[in-house]
Amino acid sequence: MRHLTYLAVLGGCLLGALWVEPLLHVNVMRRWRRLAITLAIVMVIFGGWDVAAVAAGHWRYDPAQILGVRLLGHLPLEELLFFLVIPLAAVLGFEAVRAVRGSAAPTGDEMPGTTVVEETSNQARAVGCREPGDPPAPSEPPAPRDCWEPRDSPARQAPQDRPESRDHRVPRPGRQPLS
Amino acid sequence: MTYTVAAVLGVVGALIADLAILRTRLVTRQVFWLTYPIVLVGQLLSNGVLTGARVVTYRPDAIIGWRIAYAPVEDLGFGFSLVLLTLSVWVWLGRRGLDRTPLAGQRHRRRGRGGP
Repeated sequence: MRHLTYLAVLGGCLLGALWVEPLLHVNVMRRWRRLAITLAIVMVIFGGWDVAAVAAGHWRYDPAQILGVRLLGHLPLEELLFFLVIPLAAVLGFEAVRAVRGSAAPTGDEMPGTTVVEETSNQARAVGCREPGDPPAPSEPPAPRDCWEPRDSPARQAPQDRPESRDHRVPRPGRQPLS
Repeated sequence: MTYTVAAVLGVVGALIADLAILRTRLVTRQVFWLTYPIVLVGQLLSNGVLTGARVVTYRPDAIIGWRIAYAPVEDLGFGFSLVLLTLSVWVWLGRRGLDRTPLAGQRHRRRGRGGP
């Protein structure tokens, strides 16, 4: 059992972070492409640091407390998982703060074509998932049932479903973009 | 190079990425400083177990010798740069239009009742 020590710690980290996904609706898993690229970039950079540090003798792993599967550069499998679990926990924590703080903590990636959404972000939340180019329609429910369908899904292409809003990023003339 | 020097360089590198390369400027934003302490508590706990149980051991002459929750103080620099770079890349990709939505906190209505 002792060789599972490192793996158990990683499992604990994962459990300590993952609950925010269903309970706070942080929607990190729904943005999986962005997550995957983030984790890949961080893994290459910090995996490189780790390999160099082990080669330089800065630290070493107790062979009795790891699975024993070694990867490129003699890196334990757990260390690769570490660079998945910890960045994932960081993104989940970051988005959990934003889920709780809402528009009070903008970072500029909230709406297309803007750097930082400051004054209009309350409005952005008020209209829910409507496209930025759409006019506000307070009488409508804030979240149409298919609002997070992929851009090219059949539901989004239905003629009654905002037919001209294919492209998020180009505000149409005569309409008021949220930014 | 010692781990001490590497940790300082790691922090400087992550700051340069955040401020000058990706220009996400997270270290100037409240949301980052609300997030980091939460992640730091998790790091101190998990890293404390890993170093306390001696899963990871450090060469004494590679570190300065100050320890926090069993772990060398250099691990704080390693962890900070890991968290900052991760979040900076995450925000940068979002700004470039990759998977901006659904935003955190937005409920997803399941299709079904009253569906097409």
